[in-house]
Formats: sequence, structure tokens, C-alpha cells
Amino acid sequence: MLEVRDLHAYYGKSHILQGVNLDIRAGEVVSLLGRNGVGRSTTVKAIMGEVAPQGIVRFKGRDIAGLPSHKIARCGLGYVPEHRDIFPGLTVRQNLLLGIKDVRRPGRWRIEGMLEMFPNLAARADTPAEVLSGGEKQMLTVCRTLMGDPELIMIDEPTEGLAPLIVQQVGDLIAKIAEAGVSILLVEQKLSIALRISHRVYLMGHGRIVFEGTPDELRANDEVRKQWLEV
Amino acid sequence: MLELIVISTLNGVLFGMLLFLLSSGLTVIFSMMGVLNFAHASFYMLGAFFGYQLTRWIGFWPALVLAPLLVGVVGMAVERYGLRNTHRHGHVAELLLTFGLAFAIEEIVSMIWGKSPVDYRIPAALDFPAFTVFSTNYPAYKIFMLAISVSIFVALLIVLKKTRVGLIVQAALTYPTMVGHLGHNVGRVFMVVFGVGSALAGLAGVIAGPSLVTQSDMASLLGPILFVVIVFGGLGSLPGAFIASLLIGLIQTFAVALNGSLASAFGPLDPSLGPSVLTDIWNVTIAQIAPILPYVLLVLILIVRPMGLLGTRET
Repeated sequence: MLEVRDLHAYYGKSHILQGVNLDIRAGEVVSLLGRNGVGRSTTVKAIMGEVAPQGIVRFKGRDIAGLPSHKIARCGLGYVPEHRDIFPGLTVRQNLLLGIKDVRRPGRWRIEGMLEMFPNLAARADTPAEVLSGGEKQMLTVCRTLMGDPELIMIDEPTEGLAPLIVQQVGDLIAKIAEAGVSILLVEQKLSIALRISHRVYLMGHGRIVFEGTPDELRANDEVRKQWLEV
Repeated sequence: MLELIVISTLNGVLFGMLLFLLSSGLTVIFSMMGVLNFAHASFYMLGAFFGYQLTRWIGFWPALVLAPLLVGVVGMAVERYGLRNTHRHGHVAELLLTFGLAFAIEEIVSMIWGKSPVDYRIPAALDFPAFTVFSTNYPAYKIFMLAISVSIFVALLIVLKKTRVGLIVQAALTYPTMVGHLGHNVGRVFMVVFGVGSALAGLAGVIAGPSLVTQSDMASLLGPILFVVIVFGGLGSLPGAFIASLLIGLIQTFAVALNGSLASAFGPLDPSLGPSVLTDIWNVTIAQIAPILPYVLLVLILIVRPMGLLGTRET
């Protein structure tokens, strides 16, 4: 479904992505792991067109490298950035409404359904979204992107800075998204969630993919984990 | 005294609403694109001159509709072919572009229409006193200006708060990139907002032109006050711009109308009666310092509350 071949990206003069290759097939949950600063977020941003990509990015067979973000989103690619950009001043419901790309063609997710899933959000549906807690904001950003009915959703560090109980809830939400048949690219630093729900994992180091395999293969490979993940 | 208060309040609110027609566009454009558009007051001037020219050709009423539309088209073109291409070189380049544009528009206007004021008159249909307060006749045209500005304000509010486009615009005020990731064409939103903002400035020019002076320096006269308004209200805040527009409109109008000086406040104890080097200062009237009052306010607010009245970010 998503093919990335020899992807390069630069921030000014620094060469951040140095030839990234990865694939995500329909219905698959894939995690992109690695330490801070190895280029995981940049990979996702380059796919989304927020950072200028060099190389091949194909989604459902269509070349999307370098298209403007809104066109990429309309191809069916959803992106939840790590900084949880909920729109302040707008209510929870309005934030969800903004996720809908075209009101005339509703997708498989409904606002009411989302609110049922998260009683915390439902209780504050009509209050300004900036009063939500960190975890609730994270749920809201994921739900907002789902409202656009993506076929593949890329979620950047959804559990960063959240309490363990909330991390659990985020994990459940991601599992639910996968059950609905949406492919997922999860950018993570914590192994717990990634290894629990992923079909395959990629490990990044220095702007490249340094390991690719199943969660079990990563668990078994102490050497790779020591070199590229553990501090 | 009561008469002075009533008339000055009316005039102040009117000037404030005109300021708001301009500052609303400027502040929305700023928060979306991060660009302070130095040419915004030039769009106001273009509105006045287009209004004047079209009034001569086809009459005031068609001009009232057409001139702002034309200015809006010019604004959209500036965004689409100017700012969008400059954007990748950073904010300084964009700022310089609008700065240069302000000078270019001023020169072009004085090349076409000359440097002296043009004969842009109040349409005959509105050239009568609307009502008389005490002994002052209040012109109908000013009431007309007030009505137009207030209805634009209401329309703007409804579009922003009640429509889907308004929702997208509000969201793009804070996180334009995120709005793009959700599948909305932010570039087009920018262009339309820039166009509407310019058209509003143009409309202010069309209706203010006959009442004030339509001249090639009108942009550079109004421009600085406009920046005071949006910084005072808080960059990027529409309600802030509204309050600041009214406040500065009222303060300036009242200051011009009042004739007191520090000396007169002391009555018979007037310190300037004695020999003093400060005599001149004691006798400065409020009307004389009216033009600098907005800037004094600007300095005060920057010291006390750098983000402005209702702003959220540091200016």
C-alpha cells in the first residue's frame, strides 16, 4: 500500500534521511522504532510532504512524493503529528468536524461513535479543546484524523509524556483502528506497545533503516537492540 | 458639553469601525501566514481611488460593490504570485515584499491621479443631515458609513463562527500545517482570506474616501495607526482588534474635540502664569497631542502587556 524507496531529506544542510526504504501492506500495523533524532519523525513528515522529500513515495501505486500535504491526505493517508496540534478556541466537536474532508461523503467513522468510545471526550464535546488533559488531547488528535477516513494512518509518538494507564488506552485505541482494517504506521520509542500490536517493525539509526522484522525477531536479537535502541 | 460627548462618541465609533474594517483583515492575515502586511493600508488607498474613478464612470452605488471586489482581486494576485513564491525564502523576504509593494502602490497612485487630493464627493443621495443633536447636524453619509461597517462586522462574525469555511479559517489561524494534513487546501484558504482582507480594506477606502481626503499619502497616514491597533489588541486576535479599533477611534476623536490643556486644569492656580521654562508644555492642548496618543498607548501596552490586550503570543 505504501512504498518508500531511497528516501532522502534535508534540514538546511544537514542530511537527515539517507535512503530510507519501507513498505506497509494493506491492513498491516507497522512500527518505526529508534532513538531520538535518528529521523523517524522526519520520515513521516517527508512522506506527508511537510519536509521536502527526495526519492520515491508511492501510495496505492500513485507517486505522491512532493505533492502538497492536503492532496496526500486526500489520497487516503492520515497523519497525527507528535505535538498534538488541537485547535485551541474550537470545541472538541469542532475539532472532530475539521477532520472530515468532505461533508458530502462521510467515511466509516462517526463523531457520535467516537464520543461513545471516549466518555471523557463526550463529556466535554462542546467545551474548548484546550482544557483537555494530555491523554485526552492525544485521543482527540487521533480521532480527528480518523474522521477523514484514512486507509493508512501514521501516528507519531502517541504515548510520549503520558501516564502508564493512558498509554494503555492509546494502545487499545490503536488496536481498535487496526481491527477496523486501517493500516497503521506507528512511530515509537517505547517498545512495549509497539511489540504488542505490530505485525512488523523497522528500526532506524542515523537516517537509515538498520533492522526490519517481526516483533519476535527483534526480541530475540539482543545485539541489534543494544546497538540501536537501548541506552 | 453633552453635545460634544454625543457627537464625539458617534464619530469615534465610526472611526473605530473603519479601523476595524482594516485591522480585522490585517490581524487575520498575520496570524495565518505570520506576515505583517505593510501594504494593507495601500489596499485601503486603492479602494478609495478605485471608488473615485468608478464613481465618475458608472456612479457611486456600482462603485461601492465593484471597487472592493477589484481590490480583493489585486490582493489575491499579490498572495498567489508574490507572497506564495517568496514564502520559501522566509518571513523577512515576505515582509520586504509587502514593504516594497506599499511604496510601489503609492507611486503608481500618484502617477495616475497626481499628488493632490481628488474630488471624491459624497453621493447626492446621501448628502443631507440625518438628524440634529442640539445644534449640530449629523450627516447622513456618516450614518451610512457606520451602517456598512457594522453590517460587515456582523457578516464576518457569522461566516467565521457559523460556517465550515469559518471553522477551517479559525483552525488555520493556529496550526495551518495541521489543517493541511487533514486534507484542506490551506494555500487556497490563504489566498481567499488575503483577498477578503484586501477587499475589506478596499471597502473602507471606498466609503471613507468621500468623507476624509482621497490623496496619495492616505495610506502612509493611516498605516502606522493600523499597526498600533493590531499590536494593542494582540496580534492575531480578532476580538482584540475590535476592542482596540474602537478604543483608539474614540480616544483620537475625543482628544481632537477636547480643548483643555494642563494649564487650564489648574484654573486660577495655573503654573504657567509665573515665569517658567515649562510654560509651553503647560499650555499644550489635548487636541495638539491627539496624533501621538495612539503611539503612547502602544508603548504603554508593550511595557505592561507585551502580547497585547487579548493576544496569546509575544509581539
